[in-house]
Amino acid sequence: MSAWPDHLVVAPILLPMLAGIATILIGDRSRAATIAAGFASVIGLVVLAAVLLALADAPVARAYRLGDWPASFGIVLVLDRLAALMLMLAALLGLAAFSFSLGRWARAGAHFHPLFQFQLMGLNGAFLAGDIFNLFVFFEVMLAASYGLALHGSGVARVRAGLHYIVVNLIASAFFLVGVSVLYGVAGTLNMADLAARMRMVEAEDRGLVEAGAAILGIAFLTKAAIWPLGFWLPSTYAAASTPAAAILSILSKVGIYAVLRMWLLLFGDGAGPSQGFAGAVLTVGGLATVAFGSVAVLATQNLARLAGASVLVSSGTLLAAIGAGQAAVTGGALFYMTSSVLAIAALFLLIELVERGRDVGADVLAVTREAFGAPEEEPPEGEAEVGIAIPGTLAVLGFAFLACALLLAGLPPLSGFLAKFAILAPLLGAGPVSATSWLLLAALVLSGFATIIAMARTGIEVFWAAPAGALRRVAVVEIVPVAGLLLLTVALTLAAGPAMEFMQRAAEALHAPHGYLRGVLDPLP
Amino acid sequence: MELVVSLGIGVLAGSGVWLLMRPRTFQVIIGISLLGYAVNLFIFSTGGLRSGAAAILSPGEVGSLELYADPLPQALVLTAIVIGFAAMALLLVVLIAARGLTRSDHVDGREPER
Repeated sequence: MSAWPDHLVVAPILLPMLAGIATILIGDRSRAATIAAGFASVIGLVVLAAVLLALADAPVARAYRLGDWPASFGIVLVLDRLAALMLMLAALLGLAAFSFSLGRWARAGAHFHPLFQFQLMGLNGAFLAGDIFNLFVFFEVMLAASYGLALHGSGVARVRAGLHYIVVNLIASAFFLVGVSVLYGVAGTLNMADLAARMRMVEAEDRGLVEAGAAILGIAFLTKAAIWPLGFWLPSTYAAASTPAAAILSILSKVGIYAVLRMWLLLFGDGAGPSQGFAGAVLTVGGLATVAFGSVAVLATQNLARLAGASVLVSSGTLLAAIGAGQAAVTGGALFYMTSSVLAIAALFLLIELVERGRDVGADVLAVTREAFGAPEEEPPEGEAEVGIAIPGTLAVLGFAFLACALLLAGLPPLSGFLAKFAILAPLLGAGPVSATSWLLLAALVLSGFATIIAMARTGIEVFWAAPAGALRRVAVVEIVPVAGLLLLTVALTLAAGPAMEFMQRAAEALHAPHGYLRGVLDPLP
Repeated sequence: MELVVSLGIGVLAGSGVWLLMRPRTFQVIIGISLLGYAVNLFIFSTGGLRSGAAAILSPGEVGSLELYADPLPQALVLTAIVIGFAAMALLLVVLIAARGLTRSDHVDGREPER
């Protein structure tokens, strides 16, 4: 327990927490010091995540016992491949959104920096938590920070959407607690690995209670993941949120997916006895319904920010439907899809603000729909001067980035979006007779891609070709670099698809056969 | 005792859900509070209902849930109360801000057209 790599597991929680405290203490006294603390944290997190990603690629999960109590009594943090992958995604989005916010958004309201750091702390804690109650606590840390970030910049539209967001999530938290306590009442433990080990010993008469508890817990997770019909809050909240907040929120919905993936496969994966595969059909059907709803929303919307929000729905639905298939190879493809789509959606959220800047906000919205969607978003107060220098050829750069986002989200070659969809479908259509569900999933993936490309092309024409001449956009380097960085990462993901895909497959196999996870957590240390 | 506690949880949860469905923000926040109480009571009851049982082991005795109250649900409920309280305070602030900005206490921020 004394070797230094062991203690690295807790660092992704401590680092943003300390940075958050530092930014509170510094306050408004020194902007440079605040930015330095923030940058130290987000860059440190990327480095940490890279080290942990290398450490996690082992057959046995790495458990960190806080206070060195045995796992079923004390609090554990668990690092396995999935957790490390999610940490990496959160760190990359954190870096991109943080650099972007320095352009102007960090000054649009109070306490942006502490909230941002606590948001990262909550995310990292949720990915590392080894028992369901700490998962709840870190969910709440993450949500509390996200309430603040969603309201950052204030304004009627944000407060109205924020109110719905908070109420929905408070109700989901109540479900979470009920689910946790039902599971504890039956199994007598909160540790995820211990729960999975005890699932086999649950007596037949209690099995219904366990399944009910897990289902209630699932409602809380699926509300975060915005499955149909629990996801109506998502597009308006994400569209109203300030840009860097929206970019970081795009991984928040994936926390729900992460929790489903982790808990469902631990409790009802291989070796769960009669409950094996419980509610898999619900995930598949719900996922397909979400894809359908998201595709209609993508086509129906005429506002770029809501388009991005609807794309979050499509990506959540695709992931849930793929996870519901319950095959390790499909889950591996789903993980690849998640990586690609999280990066693309975050880039799109950042890009939207740059594209819409200098235009009459809402010019592409028909007057009638503007009425229905509420008042146009308020511009943040102009700072004294823009940070950094404006880049030349702005329109071309923005157009190119928009094209890349469209290709990624629609899943067209040559970028990683296509490879991801292919990786989900190939194992489903591979060997033997193809089931009706697989055909439905194929249809959903292709049609949602088609809907996305139509909507993106329409908006792209509207924004880039039909824009009034002379509407010059001023974009600072510090704002375009994060967008370009996120898109270059997807290019790197495309080029290194082989090794990346092998990693995802190993992660998925470890999830479907969690011996390594159980051994890492429950075995006493040598 | 089981009957009283379950009736209490049921009444609190039922009233909470009813109030959540109402259109005014004040009713919604009272509904969430009631639902929170119901959930907290529920967590508390999962440790088994027993009156007069000690929470801490005496030296030399073997711990058994037959003799002692389960301390874990109590720890959970304490955490849940603290978190719920903080979230409620935040919601109240947002509610007042929404009331001030939209000049309406409807949850959608505008009065429905009749």
